[in-house]
Formats: sequence, C-alpha cells, structure tokens
Amino acid sequence: MSTPSKTDKAIQDLLRRAAPPRAEFEDLVIVPIFAVVAALILGAFTMLATNVELATIGQSYIALLKGSVGSLNAISETLTAAAPLILAGLGLALGFRAGLFNIGAEGQILMGGIAAVITGFSLPGLPFVLLLPLCLLSGALVGALYAGIAGWLRAATGAHEVISTIMLNLISYRLLDYLLRQPFIQREGRADPISKSVPDNAELPRLLDWLDPNLRVHAGIFLALAAVLVVYWILYRSKIGFEFRASGASPDAARFAGMRSGLIIVAAMATAGALAGLAGANQVLGVLDRATPGFSAGIGFDAIAVALLGRSHPFGVLLAGLLFGALEAGGRQMQVDAGVSIDLIGIIQALIIVFIAAPLLVRAIFPWGFRKPADVRKE
Amino acid sequence: MHIIARSSRIVALGTAILFSSAFAATAFTACQITDTGGIDDNSFNQTAWKGVQDAMEQLGIEGRFLESQAETDYEANINSLLGGQCDIIITVGFLLGDATQTAANANPDQKFSIVDFAYDPEIPNILGQVYATDEAAFLAGYLAAGMTKTGTLGVFGGINIPPVTIFMDGFHRGAAYYNAQKDTSVIVLGWNPDTREGLFTNNFDSLDDGRAYAQNLYDEGADIILPVAGPVGLGSAALADELGTEQLKIIGVDADLYFTDPAKKHVYLTSVTKRMDATVFDVIKNTMDGAFKGGVLVGSLSNGGVDLASFHDMEALVPEDLKAELAAIRQGIIDGTIKVDGN
Repeated sequence: MSTPSKTDKAIQDLLRRAAPPRAEFEDLVIVPIFAVVAALILGAFTMLATNVELATIGQSYIALLKGSVGSLNAISETLTAAAPLILAGLGLALGFRAGLFNIGAEGQILMGGIAAVITGFSLPGLPFVLLLPLCLLSGALVGALYAGIAGWLRAATGAHEVISTIMLNLISYRLLDYLLRQPFIQREGRADPISKSVPDNAELPRLLDWLDPNLRVHAGIFLALAAVLVVYWILYRSKIGFEFRASGASPDAARFAGMRSGLIIVAAMATAGALAGLAGANQVLGVLDRATPGFSAGIGFDAIAVALLGRSHPFGVLLAGLLFGALEAGGRQMQVDAGVSIDLIGIIQALIIVFIAAPLLVRAIFPWGFRKPADVRKE
Repeated sequence: MHIIARSSRIVALGTAILFSSAFAATAFTACQITDTGGIDDNSFNQTAWKGVQDAMEQLGIEGRFLESQAETDYEANINSLLGGQCDIIITVGFLLGDATQTAANANPDQKFSIVDFAYDPEIPNILGQVYATDEAAFLAGYLAAGMTKTGTLGVFGGINIPPVTIFMDGFHRGAAYYNAQKDTSVIVLGWNPDTREGLFTNNFDSLDDGRAYAQNLYDEGADIILPVAGPVGLGSAALADELGTEQLKIIGVDADLYFTDPAKKHVYLTSVTKRMDATVFDVIKNTMDGAFKGGVLVGSLSNGGVDLASFHDMEALVPEDLKAELAAIRQGIIDGTIKVDGN
C-alpha cells in the first residue's frame, strides 16, 4: 500500500467527523438541531435577498410545516420520500463507519432498481409472498455486486473508492439507458427508454389506500425501519461490524490486530451497496412501478447528506431521513402555497450540511446551547 | 388570410374575456405541473405556463405551478395539488401521462388537462392537448433545405417520445419534399423516420448536451440544426453564437426563441412554434365557462396551434422565392393537398 498522502489524510479527517467514534449527546443531537434552525433562518435571509416579501416568507415556512406533517396526506408523502433516503443513507453511514467514502449510492440505486424491475416482470406468475421478497433480494444483490466492484478495486489495487464510485455512477447512467432500450425490458409500443411495468403482486403494498387512493405511503417504510435495526445490529452487535468500525477508526491498528482489511473493505462496500440497491427497489416497487432513466432522482446524493446529518448512526440516519423526507414533501407545499421556488429547499438542505460539517460554527452561533468548552475538552 | 382568421379569433376571444372578467368574482384556480427542465426554460414549460399567466391577466384567475425536478416528482406533485384547491390541474408533458391518468381515475371529480398526451379510450375528466407539429416542422424542413450551404441539416431530440419525434418527422419530410421539388440531395442527420432511430440526449435539461450534440452535427457538416429538447437547445444556440451564424443557424422549438432567448436571438433562423399558451388558455377559459369536456384538442396549422415563426433578423437572408414557396406549401398543408405524414 502507498504511504498516506495529504488527500488521504483530509478524507480521514472528514470521515472522522462524519462518523464520530463516540456518540456524544451534543454532537449527535444538539448540533444537528441547531444546524437545521440556523439553515432555516439563513434560508429566510436568502428569500429576503431575492425580494420575497416578509409575509410570504412566513407563509412559506407555515406551508413547509403543513406540507410535511400537517395532514394525513402530508405525513404519507413525508414517509414516502423518507424511505429510500433512510435505506441509502444507512448504506452510506455503514461505509463511513468502515472508513469508506462511498459516493456511488446513486449508481447502486439505479442498478438495484432495474434488477428488481426485471425480476418483477419476468416472473409475473409467482405469488406475492414469493415474488416481492425475490424482487427486493435481487435489488439488494445487484446493488451489492455493483458496489463490490469499487470495494474490490480499492482492496486489490488501492484505487480510491471516491473516484471509482463516481465513475461507476456515470457508467450506471449509460448502462441503464442501454438496458431500458433492450426489447425484453422496454415497454411494448414505446420508443423512449422506459421499462415494462412491475406486476401488482411484486409491488410494495400501499398501506392506506383503503382510506384515500391518493395516499402513497407504502410498505417500504417498514423495510426502512427494519433496515435501521439490522444495521444497528451489524454495527454494534456483530463481529463483522466491530471489524468495520475498527478498520474505520484506525486501519493500521485493525490490520495489526489481524483483521483482513481487504475483505472488510469489500464486505463493507457490498453491504452499503445492498442497502442502496434496496432503496432503488423500494422506489420502483413502491412508487414508480417501472424504471426510467431518471428514477433515482438524486436520492443517492441526498443520502450522503442524510448520513452526515445522522452522524452515521443508524438512529440518527432514521431521523435525518425523516427530516429530509419532510423537507421534500413540505417543499412542494411551499411552492404551491407561497410560490417560493423549490430550489430554496435545496439551499436549506445544503446549508444544513454546511453547519453540520462545521460544528464549531454552530457552537459559535448558539453558545448558550452547549456546555462550556472547558467541560468538553477532556479528550 | 389565415392570419386574419386567427386575429379575428383572438378578438372574439378578447371580447369574451372582457365580459367574463367583469363577472368573475370568485377566484378560479388553475394549477400547472411542469415537466423537468424548469418553468423558465425559454421554451416548452414556459410556453405552457404563459397560457396560465395570460389567463391570470385577462380572466383574473389565480394560477399556481409546481416544478418537477425528476420523474419521481410527477405523482407526488399532482398529489399535493389535489384536495379541491384547483379548479383544473394542467400537467405539461407526455411523460406525465401515466401519473395524470392514475390521479384522474382516483379523483373522478377533479378536472385535468394534459399537454402532449391523448388517451385512447378517452377519460371523461382529462382533456388532452396535442399538436400537429409535423405540419409546422415540415415548413421548417423545407426552409432549412432551401437555406443550407453545406447540403446537410441536423436534428436531435430530448427523449424518443411522440411529441418530440413528430418535430423530427416533419423536419425530415419537409427537407425530403424540397429535394423532390428541386432535384437536390439535402440530407438530414440525426433522425430516420423509417427506423424511428436517431440522436437523443435522453434528458430535457442539460445545456451541455445541447452544445455537444450540436457540435457533433456541425462537425458532420450540418449548418442548420433543429434541437427538439426544450432548454437543451439553448446550449446549441450558445455554440452557434460562438461559431457565428454564417457557420451555424438554429431553429427554435415550442416558443419563438427570438423573443424568449433575447441574448442569443441572432442565431435563430426561425422557430417551430407550438402554441401551448393558446390551447392552455382556451382550456382554462372553457372550464371557467362550465364547458369542460374530456377528450382531445388538436392544435394545427389551420387553427394556429402550430406555426412557423417569422425570420426576424434573418428576414433579408431568406430569398423571396423561398418565402413564396413556403406560403404555397403552407396553404397546401391546410388544404390537404400536401401530406406531411409521409404517405
């Protein structure tokens, strides 16, 4: 292996911040909360600077609240948007814990999703109890394999996963375009890249459509909750999880302790890819019921933010995923009620990340929210 | 004559508007959902939104819009406009066809209208707005074939869907018609109307792609390019601006790009306009008057739903003979003596 360069060190530093070794209450809870508050305030200033009236700004934040938790439909939309973010975010968090900066969730989502679609429409005769798990499994498996490529490249050749996952994202876009135009995948009678529909017995069932057919929340949210518990168990209760965390915290120490770093890298990448693949399967089986070139919709990148905001802790990721889901659902309402551009939601999300990445800044803005530095500095 | 017919239609509409706005006290709300590319794309979404804006101005209605940032947004966006707050929901784009159908079936009392999609069989609460764009694109193809110096034209599309390829079909056949009339051999790169294969960016938002695809076509000899991909074409216009209009001219689509893209207005030879603003306005107006009916509304050359924009700055470059021929062909298409569908 090569000697650690300056970039490696910077990335190590970043990862340490993304996945803090000890779960401190302040870093885990207070910093994210203040980051969100600060981002909302700065978002209001951004609106002011772009000539939005004060009343409209107030109206838009009320709409944000209303659109995310203000009604049954709003909650349903929040959960629908949150499920894939939680799933993919968990994968990335697990990678961060193992010291891997995986940017490739987007590609893994696409590959997992298309695999789930193909499995779905290829075996329409199977009963629901068999077909749905099979579709989810194929999504997870293909996601794992796709991410495993980057893991293997890292382990075998030292090629940095940041670079290789970004490149694999680009490959996945074109591969998907190509696959969607293959006659056995492309929908009959259509010339544009769009897959056949998934049969009903492969779809994640909608939970509340008996109440109102417009409620889109589906069983994927249970999938996400289950994944939170499983990832928690893997990370903190299993041997491989200990190895992930050990090699993430100090690769050298882990190697000297006899852990096989190459295997751990591939395993961690594959697990992360499986979760991202599940996120893709969740989208096609729960929301879209087909695959098109844009079906990942940037979830793989938003999930990076979710993992960072959640401090790479499974429960943190759950909360962060719900928050980002709420921002997405509420952002729509903001646009409808107040006519504020949906891009503003992107700005607020980005600001949250900025504040998360700079905890000292948050401490400086809200000094009264934290214990005195003297009490904290005992490391 | 045609123009007179159209303007009289507008006048009639105008008087109707005056009356209706005088009595319109309650706020009628029209809600629009754009396709990807943004509401300020200078072409597709913007033209459709202009229909709502015109209605806001002239009919005193309230208008709202929601931008789709990805295909996953379609259903979610429609959902957030349900619940009785919109008197009509107008979805813009072929790709919203499935999502609109699902929502319309689940909410039979909500009125919908969709641009670029027609349902077969008809759905009682959706009015589809489709356009015989090939008629106007046929004229553009004939014009371009008459104007090219290299004997090569270029065309590329956003996604291989009917409302895009209908432009490419018309353009291709218009150039072929020129060849047949003049015994020339102008070729059109980027689309084969028989195999239905061609050059597609597979998105409606990347200006970089618009530039790269135009560069490829230019490198192959094309000196007039028709980009059928909404805002993607703005990237092509940027290339034409750099190369100079002697080297490369662009034909706009949907709106008259001379007006909507004023920074690059000098690169546009003309535009194939698709008057979504007019049809959207009409749909809103009819719905206000209680005359909404599911089905299909077709915009064509004869009713002004599609047209070829004026040449503006390039007026002097287009030979008078060519202009006269275009006028004759246009009449022929309206009369039905010239077929644009290739049969």
